[in-house]
Amino acid sequence: MSQPTRLSDLEQGSSAVIESIPTGNASLTRLRELGLLPGTRIQLIRRAPMGDPIEISVRGSLISLRKKEAELIEIQTI
Amino acid sequence: MSTNEVKSSKKPERDMTFALVGNPNCGKTTLFNALTGLKQKVGNYPGVTVERKEGECFLPHGEKVRIIDLPGAYSLNARSPDEAVLRDVLLGRRKDTPRPDRIIIVLDASNLERHLYLSTQILELGIPCILALNMMDIVAEQGVEIDVDNLSKSFGGIPVIPMQASHRKGLVEIKHCMSKPEIPAPKFKVAIPEEINDGLEKSWKRLRESGVLANESSLLEPLYLLSDRDPTHYGIQDKQLDAIQDTRKELAEKFPGWEDKLVAARYDAIYVVTQRTIQRPDENDATLTDKLDAVFLHPVWGWVTLLVILGLLFTMIFKVADGPMGWIESFFEWCGTWVSGRMAEGDLRDLIVDGVIAGVGGVVIFLPQILILFFFIGMMEDTGYMARIAFMMDRLMSRVGLNGKSFLPLLSSHACAVPGVMATRTIDNPKDRLITILVSPLAGCSARLPVYLLMIATMIPSDEVPAMTKALFLLSMYALGVGGAFFFAWLFHKQLLKGEGAPMILELPSYKSPALTAVLWQMWERTRIFIRRAGTVILGISILLWFAVTYPKSDNPDPSVAMEQSIAGKVGKIIEPVIQPMGYDWKIGIGLIASFAAREVFVSTMSIIYSVEETEEIEPLRDRLRAEKRPDGRPVYTPRTCLSLMVFYVFAMQCLSTVAVVKRETNGWKWPLFQIAYMTLTACLGAFLVYQIGGMMGQL
Repeated sequence: MSQPTRLSDLEQGSSAVIESIPTGNASLTRLRELGLLPGTRIQLIRRAPMGDPIEISVRGSLISLRKKEAELIEIQTI
Repeated sequence: MSTNEVKSSKKPERDMTFALVGNPNCGKTTLFNALTGLKQKVGNYPGVTVERKEGECFLPHGEKVRIIDLPGAYSLNARSPDEAVLRDVLLGRRKDTPRPDRIIIVLDASNLERHLYLSTQILELGIPCILALNMMDIVAEQGVEIDVDNLSKSFGGIPVIPMQASHRKGLVEIKHCMSKPEIPAPKFKVAIPEEINDGLEKSWKRLRESGVLANESSLLEPLYLLSDRDPTHYGIQDKQLDAIQDTRKELAEKFPGWEDKLVAARYDAIYVVTQRTIQRPDENDATLTDKLDAVFLHPVWGWVTLLVILGLLFTMIFKVADGPMGWIESFFEWCGTWVSGRMAEGDLRDLIVDGVIAGVGGVVIFLPQILILFFFIGMMEDTGYMARIAFMMDRLMSRVGLNGKSFLPLLSSHACAVPGVMATRTIDNPKDRLITILVSPLAGCSARLPVYLLMIATMIPSDEVPAMTKALFLLSMYALGVGGAFFFAWLFHKQLLKGEGAPMILELPSYKSPALTAVLWQMWERTRIFIRRAGTVILGISILLWFAVTYPKSDNPDPSVAMEQSIAGKVGKIIEPVIQPMGYDWKIGIGLIASFAAREVFVSTMSIIYSVEETEEIEPLRDRLRAEKRPDGRPVYTPRTCLSLMVFYVFAMQCLSTVAVVKRETNGWKWPLFQIAYMTLTACLGAFLVYQIGGMMGQL
């Protein structure tokens, strides 16, 4: 197991497990509702051609979120 | 803890109502179209710009039922006006739409876990539900197995129908199920942690005391109201709003992150269900979506694809639309001649020919372009490519405070702002949507082109000047429009509109082949709305403008003298001192007034004022303009006057069709009036600066 790192730093194509997401933030609550919960396995599919936002695969769907939100999410790379 | 019992007793006075609900991209609309056979009414929910779709469906035994296609949503914890409408209809909080008798929950079965999130929230409401497991073909392709019976049992034995709505598979089964007199009520409950439950019960009591909630309301109502942070969603009195805000604050202080705990609890409960109902293969092959995205979102090929698609779009708009636009023009000319030949000479004939037919014709001529745009937008929405454009353009748009979804509406506005403004419905954040609507008409639409071409020809008449120079002037006008749109977007984002900038969270749906009938239907629906909304306004204003350039009648047979003596001519002379610093005389003033409803009218008005016969050729009018002198002998149409006029048309609203559509899309006169004001002021200021700076630089 490696050190926790931020979702925004995940390499393209790499998978990770979500370690923690801050609570009480409305935009992050919506991400939780889309299935991003601590313990959930995700994969970074790609960054947009201009570097932001990023596209991740979570529970079988493809979700795009901005770096600003991704920086708040801590992950454990696999 | 109160339970929420809903009686499924039929009320004889109205047909049974089914609501279709589900996540965006679950195939809900496909099922709606299949059930209703396009026999549907499309409108708005009163007070909000959320699309309301309702239709009729006949079940196997001949009974007629009503079907409401509720807006797509991810959760009953509303984050957009669409989601708030869904919540309010299902909780019975909207007076215009009674609570449905039964609900059909449409799920993308290939993405079951995520789609069960909203589904289980709805099951808890206690209304009889049918689960429509859509996209079973993809499930089979992926080698996934879903135990349908077990899924049904997990929710108390409710009907679960596997479907492939796009191929009408499962349609007979679901209609049969809909016609059953009794459907078992769903039994499913996610346990709310006790301390949060206590807090919610206190809030519930408080909200009932302050009259926000009815006494018979369930505990779920405060739950979903308190999780919604946007006060514009409720549509209730300020006093009640305060009660909600206070209650929310109290709850958040006592139980920080209570919403997040509930999300986790729900996913835990869903996990238990999916564990015993879904069998997945160990390895997933790359799907079609993966393969297509590898190209469409590639750092190089992604841009190439986007450019090719947009190039095709604009070629269609400017080349293919050309033919039909010519036919429409000829048709209205023919109508004018036909009426002229059959009516006695007089005011009524002039009113019909020059006012009504010419005015309506001037708008209808853009229909081919509008139809093509609606078709392309519909295709991009339906295939899933629209979300990819938003993904690619988000970074760029975020620099001025917008998000990627604003890109296509702004781009479409370069052909015509009407479809551009109507396409902003896909932007779920109301603030971003409003800003996009406000700046869309700054994009250089095709009605500006005749004005630009006339002015450039007048400014640079010689054929010796390379065509590139003229093209450069034209391009800089478009660039000015884009720059203006970005500047005002940035300004409005910073200054005008307060409110939480919603995060840009976007689902990239799986690609699918477009349902052509549905796309064509939607294209027709949108066009119909445009014609109905714009038609009446344009008819009225066309008649008014005709009146202004015709009355009072002059005995002089020269139409240019008649126009000078008309109301418009007098107004032109009255405003002359105001527009003089922009380089204009009263004749140009008439042109500005006459083209208030539609920009391209400027050219035809100029032809009348200068008694130049209207032809396809630009040269006669150009030469006449160049010969025009001011009282002191200096020419009127100097380069700086021409530039000043072009800049005026870059920024000025001058389009009633857009005003009518903006009024519909913003639900009132406030924003269209603001838009006319800020655009006209900018236009005047810009034209003034160009003319004055041109003068300082020693230009004539």
